Amino acid sequence: MTEVVATNETILVVGGGISGMTAALEAAETGKQVVLVEKRPYLGGRVSQLYKYFPKLCFPTCGLEINQRRAKMNPNLRVLTMAEVMDIKGEKGSYTASVKLSPRYVNENCTACGDCEKAVETEFDDEYNYGLGKRKGAYLPYRMAHPQRYVLDPNIVETDDGKKAKDACKYDAIDLDMSEETIDFPCGAVIWATGWRPYDAAKIQPYSYDRIANVITSVEFERMADPSGPTGGKLVRPSDGKEARKVAFIQCAGSRDRNYLLHCSRICCMASLKQCTYVSDAYGEDADISVYYIDIRAIDRFEDFYQKVKGIEQVKFIKSKPAAVVADKDGNPVVHGVDTEGYKRFEDTHDLVVLAIGMEPSVDKDDFPVDIQINREGFIEAAPENGGVFAAGCASDALDVNRAAQHATGAALRAIQAVTGAAGVEG
Amino acid sequence: MADEKKFAGYICTGCGIGERLDAGQLETTAKRDGKLAEVKQHEMLCGKEAIQMIRDDIANEGITHLMLAACSRRAKVEAFTFPEVAISRANLREGVIWLRPDEDDNRETTQEMADDYIRMACAEVKYMNKPVPSGEQELNKTLLVVGGGMTGMTAAVEAAKAGYPVQLVAEEPELGGVWTDLYKRVPFQAAAKDVPNGRDVDLPQPEDPGVETLAAEVAANDKVTVHLNAKITKTSGAPGRFSVDIGTESGGTATENVGAIIQASDYKPYDAGQLPEFAYGKTPDVVTGFELEKLAKEAAGGPIKRPSDGKEVKSVAFIQCAGQRSDKEGHLPYCSGFCCTESIKQAMYFKEQNADCDATVLFDDLRTPGAAGEDFYRAAQQAMVTFSKGKATEVVADGGLKVKFKDLILDEDTELDCDLVVLATGQVPNVGPDPYAQLAVEEAEDEEEKAKAQALLENAPPSILNLDYRQGTDLPQLKHGFVDSHFICFPYETRRTGIYAAGPVRRPMDMKQAMEDAVGATMKAIQAVENAGQGRAAHPRVGDLSYPTFRKEGCTQCKRCTVECPFGAINEDEQKYPLFNESRCRRCGTCMGACPVRVISFENYSIDTVGQQLKNVEVPDEFEEKPRILALACENDAYPALDMAAQAGEELTPWARVIPIRCLGSVSLSWVTDALNSGYDGIVLMGCRRDDDYQCHFVRGSAMAAERMSKVGDTLQSLNLEPERVAIYEVAITDTKRAPQLINDMAETVDKIGMSPFKF
Repeated sequence: MTEVVATNETILVVGGGISGMTAALEAAETGKQVVLVEKRPYLGGRVSQLYKYFPKLCFPTCGLEINQRRAKMNPNLRVLTMAEVMDIKGEKGSYTASVKLSPRYVNENCTACGDCEKAVETEFDDEYNYGLGKRKGAYLPYRMAHPQRYVLDPNIVETDDGKKAKDACKYDAIDLDMSEETIDFPCGAVIWATGWRPYDAAKIQPYSYDRIANVITSVEFERMADPSGPTGGKLVRPSDGKEARKVAFIQCAGSRDRNYLLHCSRICCMASLKQCTYVSDAYGEDADISVYYIDIRAIDRFEDFYQKVKGIEQVKFIKSKPAAVVADKDGNPVVHGVDTEGYKRFEDTHDLVVLAIGMEPSVDKDDFPVDIQINREGFIEAAPENGGVFAAGCASDALDVNRAAQHATGAALRAIQAVTGAAGVEG
Repeated sequence: MADEKKFAGYICTGCGIGERLDAGQLETTAKRDGKLAEVKQHEMLCGKEAIQMIRDDIANEGITHLMLAACSRRAKVEAFTFPEVAISRANLREGVIWLRPDEDDNRETTQEMADDYIRMACAEVKYMNKPVPSGEQELNKTLLVVGGGMTGMTAAVEAAKAGYPVQLVAEEPELGGVWTDLYKRVPFQAAAKDVPNGRDVDLPQPEDPGVETLAAEVAANDKVTVHLNAKITKTSGAPGRFSVDIGTESGGTATENVGAIIQASDYKPYDAGQLPEFAYGKTPDVVTGFELEKLAKEAAGGPIKRPSDGKEVKSVAFIQCAGQRSDKEGHLPYCSGFCCTESIKQAMYFKEQNADCDATVLFDDLRTPGAAGEDFYRAAQQAMVTFSKGKATEVVADGGLKVKFKDLILDEDTELDCDLVVLATGQVPNVGPDPYAQLAVEEAEDEEEKAKAQALLENAPPSILNLDYRQGTDLPQLKHGFVDSHFICFPYETRRTGIYAAGPVRRPMDMKQAMEDAVGATMKAIQAVENAGQGRAAHPRVGDLSYPTFRKEGCTQCKRCTVECPFGAINEDEQKYPLFNESRCRRCGTCMGACPVRVISFENYSIDTVGQQLKNVEVPDEFEEKPRILALACENDAYPALDMAAQAGEELTPWARVIPIRCLGSVSLSWVTDALNSGYDGIVLMGCRRDDDYQCHFVRGSAMAAERMSKVGDTLQSLNLEPERVAIYEVAITDTKRAPQLINDMAETVDKIGMSPFKF
């Protein structure tokens, strides 16, 4: 049975992405007791799946390394991975959280030596790479995964591979009898930092994501650009592995659209601008990049980056919400639409189409454990009726990493206010 | 046991270490060369049993210093946490066996590598001490908030709610700052109700600005002391013990002691006088968005009158990006981020009052991000505000007003008549002079340069914080005059510890974001106060209890440490000796690297903890043809990159000896000289990117190192060595292939130019 030491002054942070980690660490480094609950087997969330950050084009793993070191060294922070909050009862200052822990089948003896991975054979779609690659049934989700501990795919537990993994382990780290458990513990405040998921691109039928192999999403493209990713950093067409030199980015794929997501997902303009640099870095003068957009939302200091990308000769911007993407006889995606600057009809063939996919909050609007104010898009609004539950990062709105970290730092203070019950606190 | 050091070594033979290496030999090395009295082996050192063994040894044997030879210092950190002792770790797994091929031919050199890492770790721990707080730390829970706008007021109220008293200083005679004139604010929340396929029913509308409410809350809060008409005339000290002189209009000065500071000085409206093309100043009927708020407030819900003749405005045009997103002289190159929703809101003022009023927004890109932003845009569309993608070129004031613009949709030049033109002008950060502009004057190499720097400084705005710091009076600035921070993952990190910028002073933003930003900055300020109270370092080496000290008798008062500290932590006393301010220090060691006479050190990181490591490597004589290459790698980026290279099965030359360092900025030239003198054949320095898009976590550490190492050529020349023997690189954490390759390249270089003649 997993033991969690907690009191009514403990802060529960739900979600271990950049927002959850930030909130948890800021609170813990101020001397508060924090329990961080993460659904995945490792921390870092979607940030861990990014190759570069805009606008500096620096590497997310660099900041993640700092945050992970902070997490490893902080005695005030307890991290539970493969854990999900099932229920929260009570009120500000005295909640009880029920958390379901899924079995990892690997205990803390694991040294991440990798022997189990070598021993097993069956391969599965790699979630970390959005299914673009394969991983084995005994795996480390990615090289920097924290906790640095292997995971067994539940599908191999009762197979030969499960046994092989167990036999290969010299440290008695594999426990095939591990089972799901639910634990209850008290907390005084909850930071809800469950982040976002990419909008289901298949729902945007005119863009043929589910029908044309060479139409992919921006999150998939990001994995492709990563040298440690599924293609070794090569920007290629999924259909035939050929170089993708002529690339179209379709903005607002799912966002700002009554049929899909009403809101603007904020990050997609900057993400596509960043990804333009991937293509131009990879193919130089042979790159041919089109960005189809409604408005380029390179807000505040990001304007510099927009100007920089605008200055790349191989990038052109077309004000248009494309009508459709269809495949030509060779399987190339053809983007159809009207360039609204001058109303010119276009029909442009590309090697690859990247959908700048919208950000959908991972907040279950219809089944949230406590009474809370959630807007029609599923983001949590700050409101007194939320009691001791505070949203952080993309659970509150479509935010970029910098704004998410900023917001999460503030959420840590809100939680501290709630658990310290200082004089003068409003209800 | 107080001062007695007792050492013990533990060697793990798990994860293949025992199979690949001769553990008995490692143990002998630790005892014979490392001079450890007690050395134990264990087949799973991170396991419960071994950890208990180590704990028992600490308790029963009085061990004070541990040498752990196992995996990378980044692995199994939780298991290998023994807070009561000093620890060094020899990286035998990632650092040796995983980077070397498992072949008989390599066995000897791999073992030599491992033996050296044992010697290095033994030498390191011998010169380490477990850091204890200096006693300098003080706990002062009071926060200083500079600025009485929505940012500052929010910070004050939120700090008070968490139980921290606040001294709030505002230049103005009343609270509210730049937001005082707001008629209404852009709504904070998105629509709540979803109407599938129907007309939206509850789109957000302009709402009460909340300035007066918040000001009243601040005034009524007994934890907040407000100083109006006041300026900061001097700030000295450090987190936990700042002393702030607050000057008032009447000439009086109050001195307050505070633990941390929030600079919420907000912005200044852009001077539209620089936009003659839009007839600003030629006619009162061209106003800025800021000025329109005043008109709307005066109208108080009635029709907004145009300033020239008091006639009700029947048609209004908003020119977005006025003087912004433009590289023209005097314009702002950036987007102010708040003006699109501001203009939407203001267009709705007219529509609310008179639905027949023509309100047109001329924009290039309409920027209304998020759920609330996009819903507010919808609200304006529902109110029949006209949005026109067009670029305004000129406003002609000739009786009426004519806006000439290029309609980007119809691709034609056209014009629009209206009663009033509103220029959506931007935010200019309200900052003091950049400290590095101040330093530039002092550091100028000739009179001409000095005059230039002086002129720049004279045009700078007056100081806001008046810091009594060696490195200038205010927060360092980044691009376009906004102050720190430049980090994406750590938005609040400034280069002045314990001073946090919030709101539009650090990037342009709207009210909602400024208020949220204030909450985060307050969090950081509270944290700074608490950490300073315990003598613990602030980000990124959180919790580090070490601090820099110096041997006064050796100091030559050269001032390099006081000038090079990226955080302006070091002042000078009357005799020009450095005055370290421990709680301003971030423990990067740049001062240590800067010191030419090697008198600066930390308990757990010093000239010796690294210098003795490299000296304790066994350097075979020339004829053995086994070169030695020293790699000094930034612990946050290059070192993890090498670890991950090991995970990925990359190969590293067996001649390499890698030492993690806090920052390239901490590298002392003496390490390089010592290594060359000891017969190393090549040296590779790996730090972080150092240009405008710097990735160095200590901001200027890597840049400082590069500057210093440019002088390494002299050393090489004096030793009659080839310049290629020392290389400095920018390495990112993702360079898992490149990082080992750079070291391997050095091995090849050595192969070409030959071994160092300095082997004894």
